[in-house]
Amino acid sequence: MTAGFKARAAEALADPVLKVAVERTAGTAETKRAAAVAAFEDFEAARTRAAAIKDHVIAHLGHYLEQFEANAIAAGAQVHWAETADAACEIVLDICRRAGAKSVARSKSMLGEEIGLPHALAEAGIERVETDLAEHIIQLAGERPSHIVWPAMHKTREQVSTLFRARHAEPHAEETIAAMAQSARRHLRAAMLGADVGISGANFLLADSGAVCTVTNEGNAELSVVPPRVHIVTAGIEKLVPSMDHAVHLLRMLARSATGATLTQYTTFYTGPKRGADLDGPEEMHIVLIDNGRTKMRDEGLAEMLRCIRCGACMNHCVVFRQIGGHAYGGTYPGPMGAVLTPALDGLAASRDLPQACTMNGKCQEVCPVRIPLPTLLRGWREKSWREGLEPASTRGAVRLWAWAARQPWLYRFGSRLAVRGMRLFGGKWITSMPLASGWTRHRDLPAPQGRTFMEQYRERRR
Amino acid sequence: MTERRQVALFVTCLVDTMRPRIGFASIAALEAAGCEVVVPAAQTCCGQPALNSGARRDAEALARQTIAVLEKYAHVVVPSGSCAGTIRVHYPEILAGDPEWGPRAEALAGRTWEILAFLDQVCGWRPEGVTLPVAAAYHDSCAGLRELGIKAQPRRLLAAIEALRLMPLAGEETCCGFGGTFCVKYPAISNAITEEKAQAIEASGADLLLAGDLGCLMNMAGKLHRQGSPVRVMHTVEVLAGMGAGPAIGEAE
Repeated sequence: MTAGFKARAAEALADPVLKVAVERTAGTAETKRAAAVAAFEDFEAARTRAAAIKDHVIAHLGHYLEQFEANAIAAGAQVHWAETADAACEIVLDICRRAGAKSVARSKSMLGEEIGLPHALAEAGIERVETDLAEHIIQLAGERPSHIVWPAMHKTREQVSTLFRARHAEPHAEETIAAMAQSARRHLRAAMLGADVGISGANFLLADSGAVCTVTNEGNAELSVVPPRVHIVTAGIEKLVPSMDHAVHLLRMLARSATGATLTQYTTFYTGPKRGADLDGPEEMHIVLIDNGRTKMRDEGLAEMLRCIRCGACMNHCVVFRQIGGHAYGGTYPGPMGAVLTPALDGLAASRDLPQACTMNGKCQEVCPVRIPLPTLLRGWREKSWREGLEPASTRGAVRLWAWAARQPWLYRFGSRLAVRGMRLFGGKWITSMPLASGWTRHRDLPAPQGRTFMEQYRERRR
Repeated sequence: MTERRQVALFVTCLVDTMRPRIGFASIAALEAAGCEVVVPAAQTCCGQPALNSGARRDAEALARQTIAVLEKYAHVVVPSGSCAGTIRVHYPEILAGDPEWGPRAEALAGRTWEILAFLDQVCGWRPEGVTLPVAAAYHDSCAGLRELGIKAQPRRLLAAIEALRLMPLAGEETCCGFGGTFCVKYPAISNAITEEKAQAIEASGADLLLAGDLGCLMNMAGKLHRQGSPVRVMHTVEVLAGMGAGPAIGEAE
């Protein structure tokens, strides 16, 4: 994937429409988040509490999983356990087959993408209707999500309009966002009401009640999972919280960090399937609890990453993401959190560029609602990549030689004197090209050194 | 008069090789602030390039060497937020498991300062009688800002320069795209980030760009020059030391 990342990034950088699309959404999110945080009394203390809640659960995962399972079963749900992505997909397909499902309505879930559920459903010949507006857009376009909150962030409204006109039976007559949304609504509503199974993810799992919480702004999760006979939840085991109080605290952090809103339009807690006297609701509720590498991450130095509540603030504020968008990262999750998660999920050899393609500016950590030390975790991947010899030989050689020289002060001093004199040969004031410096000079000039090192000038002045 | 503070100047490898003026400006400002400055001769590099490349053992070796060179001084002052951050924040982290060097790293970290923070917070100094008629923009370099909390200090110091107007810079806290070896490993991405930074600098109306890290300054200066911009670039401490009328980055001595 090494050449792959750079090639994808180059393609993204050459796409002016992508830049407009990313900037519109992330720029708005950045401004609105800043206003929401400023209006929140002591957001820093709230971040600390949010991190502490998640750390507590991660440290006592077994306890809360057992509690959640017992309470979910008591509420009438069936709980399944999956250690791997494949096992999770197999469980979901098995439930669909037993329900005789021909079509499923799926409400956006990044975990579903992570485990490859859309592909697994297609292989099994089960029709999948993506009900989130942005997921609907990318399903029509045959693409993958480029952001964890706005999967179609890479598309402009103009591109979406063209797509809907081509693919909807009764497309929008006027060129407004409201009319386009109505067009999608007409298209999706019948599919949602006719689905045999509804599949959702989970934003939180409440251990003390067995409830599953989803948040959406379109109400599509509710409409995807309540009318069908069967509701399947796919959830990562790190989604657990002890109680409603903790879920509410994290919900306040999630909405503000993601979009700058105080709360999402729809926040729903599902506790078990339809009960005897209920007028609606699914007859069966299945909750698939998925590890897929999470326990390993906890045990191998990435426990803090399991705090992540998938708000997307890190990528919205990342200078690299803002330039290349999400697809260039190549994994399920883009941006800083994706650069930490993808090596764990897909292997470091296949994704070693992601932790490297970061300026270490620390903005992602500054905006993270659960205080994940993202630069530190990225540095951890860099260290592993170095240890395992995945870095290019040229980089390894240069860093090792320089680090060795820096441990011999007098040699280092001598080398520095030579270097600055040598560089002067390429320009007196500005160097526009120089051997081994094309990475710098391709896009910018290099100011020439003053000619003699500080150390030699200082020694002369002291004489 | 109180006893003069004894300060060891850690020059940094970029200042040593690329712009010694910043080192001399640092000495001048520190002396004006009442410090006695020494430059330990055995210093080389703090090891930040190794640290950020993932070469942990090399980074640890350079950390030990640098600690041994600097730990005998009352204060260590560095004209760079990222090098100061390496000593102050990262040495204690990477040597945490070492019973001998961990505590020595902690002790040095507590006495190590980025120069603008030191002049402002420790010395309580303000430049006196320095005039520079210029419209300046200040870029908050990331490591200084987020690892060391350097934000108000340079602005307080610059407010004491007569005739210097500090212009608002849109996105002043946004990374300039340098990122150490990032800028040569991923030049196209780095360039896209730096282009936006250069646009913001041009739009600020400033004719002088200031920051506290030479790497970032060289990156922004190099881009501005490539684009034919007349904006001049220098380190904040040069202005504070009364050297602001001298050659900016890329100008002849």
